[in-house]
Amino acid sequence: MAALAEGAVDAKQMAVASQWQLLWWAFKRHRLAMVGLVVVVALYIVAAIPGFFAVNDPARQNARAAFHPPQSIHFFDTDDGFAFRPYFHPYALRRDPVSLAAIYVEDTSRKIPLEIFGKGYEYNLFGLFPVDRHLFASSDPRQPLFLLGADRLGRCVYSRIMQGAQISLSLGLVGVFLSLTIGVVLGGISGYFGGKLDFGIQRVIEFILSLPSIPIWLALAAAMPQDWPATTQYFMITVILSLTGWAQLARVVRGRFLSLRTEEFVVAARLDGASEGRVIFRHMLPSFMSHIIASITLAIPAMILAETSLSFLGLGLQPPTISWGVLLREAQNIRSIATAPWLFAPGAAVVVAVMALNFLGDGLRDAADPYNK
Amino acid sequence: MLRFIVSRLLWMIPSLVALSFLSFVLIELPPGDYVTTYIATLAASNEVVDQNTAADLRARFGLDQPMIVQYFKWIVGIVTEGNFGLSFEWQQPVSELIWERMSLTLLLTVSTLLLTWGLALPIGVFSAVKKYSVGDYIATFFSFLGLAIPSFLLALVLMYVAAVKFGQDVGGLFSEPYVAAPWSFGKVLDLLSHLWVPVVILAVSGTASLIRVMRANMLDELNKPYVTTARAKGLSEFALLVKYPLRVALNPFISTIAWLLPNLVSGSVIVAIVLSLPTAGPMLLQSLMSQDMYLAGAFVLLICALTLLGSLVSDILLALVDPRIRLE
Repeated sequence: MAALAEGAVDAKQMAVASQWQLLWWAFKRHRLAMVGLVVVVALYIVAAIPGFFAVNDPARQNARAAFHPPQSIHFFDTDDGFAFRPYFHPYALRRDPVSLAAIYVEDTSRKIPLEIFGKGYEYNLFGLFPVDRHLFASSDPRQPLFLLGADRLGRCVYSRIMQGAQISLSLGLVGVFLSLTIGVVLGGISGYFGGKLDFGIQRVIEFILSLPSIPIWLALAAAMPQDWPATTQYFMITVILSLTGWAQLARVVRGRFLSLRTEEFVVAARLDGASEGRVIFRHMLPSFMSHIIASITLAIPAMILAETSLSFLGLGLQPPTISWGVLLREAQNIRSIATAPWLFAPGAAVVVAVMALNFLGDGLRDAADPYNK
Repeated sequence: MLRFIVSRLLWMIPSLVALSFLSFVLIELPPGDYVTTYIATLAASNEVVDQNTAADLRARFGLDQPMIVQYFKWIVGIVTEGNFGLSFEWQQPVSELIWERMSLTLLLTVSTLLLTWGLALPIGVFSAVKKYSVGDYIATFFSFLGLAIPSFLLALVLMYVAAVKFGQDVGGLFSEPYVAAPWSFGKVLDLLSHLWVPVVILAVSGTASLIRVMRANMLDELNKPYVTTARAKGLSEFALLVKYPLRVALNPFISTIAWLLPNLVSGSVIVAIVLSLPTAGPMLLQSLMSQDMYLAGAFVLLICALTLLGSLVSDILLALVDPRIRLE
């Protein structure tokens, strides 16, 4: 606590601060966790409005841009003086005279200016309003910008990563929410009531935790008809992932309930004649809420990795649905990644998202621990 | 102690029964059966199969019986004569197909486990003892990175680097001439020279999380009064570490087999598919895709049984190391 007071916060403020205030102060001191928080917030903003951050229509195929290499943006134009005027050089498509393989040559004599908040393809904002403004767009519709190159069908990898964030990141959230519901109910019953019920639920949890998840998911996912509509598939994948994911959370909840059950303030509440529901929701739940939030944050990356692996193997989401795992399927064979190493880019997105969430979760857990110095 | 082991062994039985039923239900889940897939393949090559042939095939494979009957036939075959049924696709008994692949899977998993421990133990202890040093920060950074990289991505990147930069193929577990050769000393050497690639890939994420666990446990112990006492009586810093806090901190380390093993097996399935290793993973995926149910079922059952066995071993080891657990 002494270390806490060293910050900008003085002891007087601390005495009257709410639990969440204390949590926030403790959290702020954790640098990496703060970085994690910023990245996670940024990623979820992208996931909410991916169309705004994309440059090209993620589904549009372009036969003249297969395996187009990544182009870089030049921010400052030095032709006449020094000015902030972002542009990029277009690439010209040539054919190798012998093998007829495509060769892309950068044309440094031409500059295509970029428009900030420029007009591009039309997308639906929140699935409701058609909008055609983007964070940045090529000023010439015939010269698309491939920030991270293109895949074998000439689709823009960067725009597809932005679009994929929506499915991959939200799937983690929905999956964790489902697991949490099951986990809190079963873990709560187990920890609060104890006895035979606790024993039974504990054995089930142990059994589930001892199963290797991937073979089970594979078997479950193989049972899913491939021609289901995208939304049903999405929902089923989250259900499949949560079927094994809840056990970990149930364990955390149970442990907390067990340790709190005999605390003085809980006993006092019960002696006061408070109902079971009131004891649980008013007295016990708030004191381990922060712990649960930390566990959730640490469970989301596991879900994201799981979805990525399943989709990568072709048993998860199916194209044309775009998720990071589906995108990584393009990088499945050594021939295509040897010609186009930028197909690894969705993998980098996965790594960044998982790392940021892990840092955030770690910081939250430390901040939520009252005994942490 | 004996009582503990016996009671733990008895607990395995209901788990195994639940496991076998679960595996069977899982592989029964897909709509249609192998005959449907088989007819679809034939139809693709313009052969017409009439309903009678389909019914005959179903009767021959016993697919027309209710599920519970099929399950009992299957489980009785396994328990009494080690017969896992017939693989429809390979037209061979499942037991002939799986054992070599399962033993290679086991070899891969155990080697990974050993490497994981061998790396995580010293690094974790170092990180805790030299808390907030440069080395600790490097270890922390790499362990978070290791946690964030999916193992199949690491396998892909490694394959890419090996192929593009060194012109080598790192897939598989054997060189060309040894693939079909009978077991010999040369084949074992060849296996060892290939094995390290998947082992290293698989060890990364396990090592990463284990370093975190080890570090946290050591930090808890290092400030305890008994450490100060040992230091006060003049024990050298290394002897002190090994003799007291390390032994206490080792406790959760052993219990990690229980959760590390399922993770390793899971991870090895995907890595094996990417690197096309002759282990259980690729064949499991293939059999699930073609609804070759007895083959898939045998794999799911054996892989899960392997991890149950792992948690049993870790429980027994834990009881050996820590007397408190036996008395509970």
